[in-house]
Amino acid sequence: MEAMVAVMIAVLVGTGVYLVLRARTFPVILGITLLSYGVNLFVFISGRLALDQPPIAGAGPSTDPLPQALVLTAIVIGFAMTAFLVVLALRGQGETGTDHVDGQRDDGGEA
Amino acid sequence: MEHLIIAPILIPAFAGMLLLLEVRERQPLRRFTGMLSVLALLPVAWLLYQQAAGGEIQVYRLGDWAAPFGIVLVLDKLSALMVLLCTVLAVPALLYACRADDKRGANFHALFQLQLMGINGAFLTGDLFNLFVFFEVLLIASYGLALHGRGPARVRAGIHYVVLNLIGSALFLVALGLVYGTTGTLNMADFAVKVNQLDGGALELARVAGLLMWVVFGLKAALFPLYFWLPATYANATAGVAALFAIMTKVGVYAVARVYGLAFEQGALAGLGRDALWIMALLTLLLASIGVLGARRLGEMVAYTVVMSVGTLMAGLAWSSPESFGAMLYYLIHTTLVSGGLFLLADLVARGRGKLGDQLVAGPAPAGRAGLGLLFFIGAVAVIGLPPLSGFMGKVALLQTVPAPLYWLFLLGGGLLALVGLSRAGSTLFWRATGDGAERRLDRPRLLATVLLLAAAPVLSIWAEPVLEATVAVAAQWAQPQLYIDAVLGGGA
Repeated sequence: MEAMVAVMIAVLVGTGVYLVLRARTFPVILGITLLSYGVNLFVFISGRLALDQPPIAGAGPSTDPLPQALVLTAIVIGFAMTAFLVVLALRGQGETGTDHVDGQRDDGGEA
Repeated sequence: MEHLIIAPILIPAFAGMLLLLEVRERQPLRRFTGMLSVLALLPVAWLLYQQAAGGEIQVYRLGDWAAPFGIVLVLDKLSALMVLLCTVLAVPALLYACRADDKRGANFHALFQLQLMGINGAFLTGDLFNLFVFFEVLLIASYGLALHGRGPARVRAGIHYVVLNLIGSALFLVALGLVYGTTGTLNMADFAVKVNQLDGGALELARVAGLLMWVVFGLKAALFPLYFWLPATYANATAGVAALFAIMTKVGVYAVARVYGLAFEQGALAGLGRDALWIMALLTLLLASIGVLGARRLGEMVAYTVVMSVGTLMAGLAWSSPESFGAMLYYLIHTTLVSGGLFLLADLVARGRGKLGDQLVAGPAPAGRAGLGLLFFIGAVAVIGLPPLSGFMGKVALLQTVPAPLYWLFLLGGGLLALVGLSRAGSTLFWRATGDGAERRLDRPRLLATVLLLAAAPVLSIWAEPVLEATVAVAAQWAQPQLYIDAVLGGGA
């Protein structure tokens, strides 16, 4: 189980980093999204993995409820930021006429 | 007075929300609400500073949950000083923006208030996850503010700024996951205690968490190699916003000082990342001074002096003696206010030169050339660190307390390069001017805001001794993390 979760996070973060390094805004946004999925999962399991347990501290065996609350906050923030980035990328496309992250044309000149 | 601690967060939060409700774009009402909020923050910040100066560390338990279970706000001398500095900077910055810049996009005033809320919250919180949340608050407000006013250059710089900070936030979350996974706490004071009880693999994971936090705070502070976003973002932001952003890099410096001072100054992970911080700070200083020389616009040049100041401050911090920390704080106050003033001045010059803006080429003289030239001279002398202004005092204090020849070389060499760059800029803008510029008269409130910020340089030099005494007292408290830990955990245990 641990290995599976670890591999899952690694794949998410790895593909995320690869996409963030692309030169177009759309892959970058997808990369950020995948990266934040991986990070959210990581925060989620920082309270250790426990299967089929209630998230209530104190009453017998349980999973840690705190990382769940943390990850909820992180998801909300990440979602808002991604939405903002999408709008910004569209604005960039509209104002500079290209979806290159540096706002350059493909031949390298200023757009 | 116990509840006063939370006022620097609540006042801008309420003002920001009220401003969001005002949808009919009544600009005078918005300006009034915004100014009222920052003016109300001034006495609050001053009172808090007075309270903290007494030496007692105040802990405010939100929801009355005992630390480490609940979130706490902590007011010690360091956080009180930073809140006061932020407020003092915000008043002229908003005054400047109120003249016309705030009309160029909706919700400028709401964003400005939320930005203040985020900055003040980051200074006051005693909880690592809460620090993350306040970082996000100040970042998302800063995204809006940096893009305020539109234009392709802003959008281009904005995309880099936003993507970089989103990656920074992801790294911060990984660090927080590791902190919670190893120590089971996110309270800063509790973390500082628990990290010393770790051993073996858990200690190594905590080390990774600490180093990841360095990267995140370094990105916020614009430390080499993570400063490349800053010049473009700051130089393209609206003037009032750029002036307020002068404190944003100091949030990163503060975060390093706070977490480092508590958890990594002594104990199991003592000296974590300190050598790297030292080297990075010196490289930042070097590259930023080259940036000052190479800048093609005045705004960009001022932005590079901000990066220079970050290198200067971080080196003082990495030396991590109470004396060097006190000197660093003096320099921090000076550089925040003066570079804020220089951003405003760059905009005043740009307005007077029509199409040329703040590009460093000879062109029409801006209106009020003599006055602006004098202001530029004062600002430049202060920011380079020539006698008799505050930059000089700060640098002397730093040179005395950081006895490392390498640092002296970089600090003085960087000062020399900045001197060359700024002299060239000044002579191009004010002496080699041809004819008269677009605007005939200087706008008085804008001039007032600029003068208010640049006045920090003579004020800080005349009252250098009491200010230095105050910052040394702050440093003395900072150097005793046990006081902070006892204040936070003592009440609940």
